[in-house]
Amino acid sequence: MSIKVDRDLCTGCGSCVDVCLYSGIEMIDDKAQITDGCNLCGACVDVCPVEAIILEREELKVEKMDITQYRGVWVIAEHYKNKIHNVAFQLLGKGRELADILEVNLSLVILGGNFDDNLDEFSQYGADEIIYIKSPILKDYYSDLYVKTLTELIIDHKPEIILIGATPTGRDFAPRVAKRVNAGLTADCTGLVIDLESRNLLQTRPTFGGNIMATIKTPTSRPQMATVRPGIFKPLKKSKRKVIIKKMDYDYNQKDSVSKIVKIINREKKKINLEEAEIIITGGRGVGSKENFKLIEQLADSLNAEIGGSRVAVELNWIEQDRQVGQTGKTVSPKLYIACGISGAIQHIVGIQGAEIIVAINKDPKAPIFKLAHYGIVGDLQKVIPELIKKIKKIRTEKEI
Amino acid sequence: MKIFVCIKQVPGVSEVKIDPKTNTLVREGIPSIINPYDKNAIELALSIKEKHGAEITAISMGPPQAEEVLREALAMGVDKAFLLTDKAFAGADTLATSHTLSLAIKKILEELKKDEKYIVICGSQAIDGDTGQVGPELAEELNIPQITYVQKFQIKGDKVIVERVFRTEEVVVIETNFPVLISVLSEINIPRNPTMSGIVDAYQKKEIHYLDAERLKADKAKIGLDGSMTQVWKIFIPERKGEHIILTGTIEEMVQNLCENLKEDKIF
Repeated sequence: MSIKVDRDLCTGCGSCVDVCLYSGIEMIDDKAQITDGCNLCGACVDVCPVEAIILEREELKVEKMDITQYRGVWVIAEHYKNKIHNVAFQLLGKGRELADILEVNLSLVILGGNFDDNLDEFSQYGADEIIYIKSPILKDYYSDLYVKTLTELIIDHKPEIILIGATPTGRDFAPRVAKRVNAGLTADCTGLVIDLESRNLLQTRPTFGGNIMATIKTPTSRPQMATVRPGIFKPLKKSKRKVIIKKMDYDYNQKDSVSKIVKIINREKKKINLEEAEIIITGGRGVGSKENFKLIEQLADSLNAEIGGSRVAVELNWIEQDRQVGQTGKTVSPKLYIACGISGAIQHIVGIQGAEIIVAINKDPKAPIFKLAHYGIVGDLQKVIPELIKKIKKIRTEKEI
Repeated sequence: MKIFVCIKQVPGVSEVKIDPKTNTLVREGIPSIINPYDKNAIELALSIKEKHGAEITAISMGPPQAEEVLREALAMGVDKAFLLTDKAFAGADTLATSHTLSLAIKKILEELKKDEKYIVICGSQAIDGDTGQVGPELAEELNIPQITYVQKFQIKGDKVIVERVFRTEEVVVIETNFPVLISVLSEINIPRNPTMSGIVDAYQKKEIHYLDAERLKADKAKIGLDGSMTQVWKIFIPERKGEHIILTGTIEEMVQNLCENLKEDKIF
């Protein structure tokens, strides 16, 4: 693997330096030069107008995998207290679309739990097949047993795509499975698209805190694994389908795991469910103070909404961490999202892409949030919000009459 | 006991800013730092050493300037530091990175005495890539158990007992054996600052050991870009699309207008 700049061709335009994320190329004597920071990502190669940058791959004698043997799309379900995490149904929504394009089956894989009575319901979310490994001990999450079971299933069935929720559980077993089967794994994808000719899954994810998106592919190996955060994709409307149920009993016991679950502690916390809220009102730096944040609460009360905050609002201690919306917080998909005093850094925006309608209230007309918002009000939120509450109350009373 | 701490040099801000005029990255004035979670990993290693005695080795893979973060680790009190640096490592995804790190750890483990325990500690994720994948993949390479998202840690005799956060509302207490790899959350501790003498030691008494692909006897097909299953195909600054209406008029008119629109959209 090597990269070099053809100094005769290089015009010193500098577009490669601008596009490089890693400070891996700089201008020396008006010519581009690769530095130690280079990560061989190829961004400069694509952007160079005179094709002066050459990225060469060595032909290594690696045994090439026969990727054509791999077919089908899998979604791995996660569960807790005998309830499947919603992200699995959301992934089935996306998985259906991918499977249709690829003309293959979509499978829901459930490891453990006691779901005999629920399989009918689960079969209404778009899957063609449910692979259900029944094992009493796997009602709880055991990292090593999950990895072992899943790896065996993958080797047996050879799916080409595996989608996993990017939860602490999914993010624990997915990398380990990927390593064991030597599969590419992309974390926190926000976009999944098929390139039909190659059957490659183009996986788009935010990187560098979310201001930049990277599209990643796994061209030479299968399966292609991706984790996706809850709230990014939507489940299909439930409908009856003919679904093949493959149920297998595994008689694991405690001794099969190197680790032992001593106990599970419930943390006493108000149950905040931003991910499933229909209306969310959030505040950012522009709210100005903790005192002013009460306005956000009042607006939320009038709409029966949940409140949230930008990272700045959390850092300034105006609102608790569990209510942070954005790349490093929650990903939300409400019907209505009202952003008050939030400028709209991409770190925030990636968390609200699933919102149906976004309203922005901000006094800075240049705030990037206005480019995303469906409706924007440029103005002082201390004046706008009370007026809005007044109007909402009026509408509500009219409705009741 | 031997403790390995894997650390990464990252840009000192979690959000890279975009220059709205040129639509390119603003890189000036951004310092490089130790990934914050990795500092928690170092702190945990130091506290284990203080309680139980251990030799702490910090390992980082990166360009030569990643030496800075290893110096900082040494200044905090880490005993040894290894920098895995080689052009052949460039372009590594998490699979290739974890493989490279495992080669270094295995090499150092050759010195492990009989019955000596070891543990590997990582930060739960790096703030630049945010994948959290290298830890579990490294555990798989080393063929040892892993416990991720750890917020409390203790050693009781031959056992390791940790609290792992697996949902916002729930924490699971897990008991396991040595050796083990754990990845830690920032809640686990408050990393100490290096002392003056620590800083002096880091530059004068301690040294950084360099390992390249040859010294690690790395298989070229398993490191760097060639060892990576995933490839970055495209990097772009997202465009925002959709219909955007900036309402006009007095505050009352704007709010009125908004409510009418939301009624039409069947929100109200």
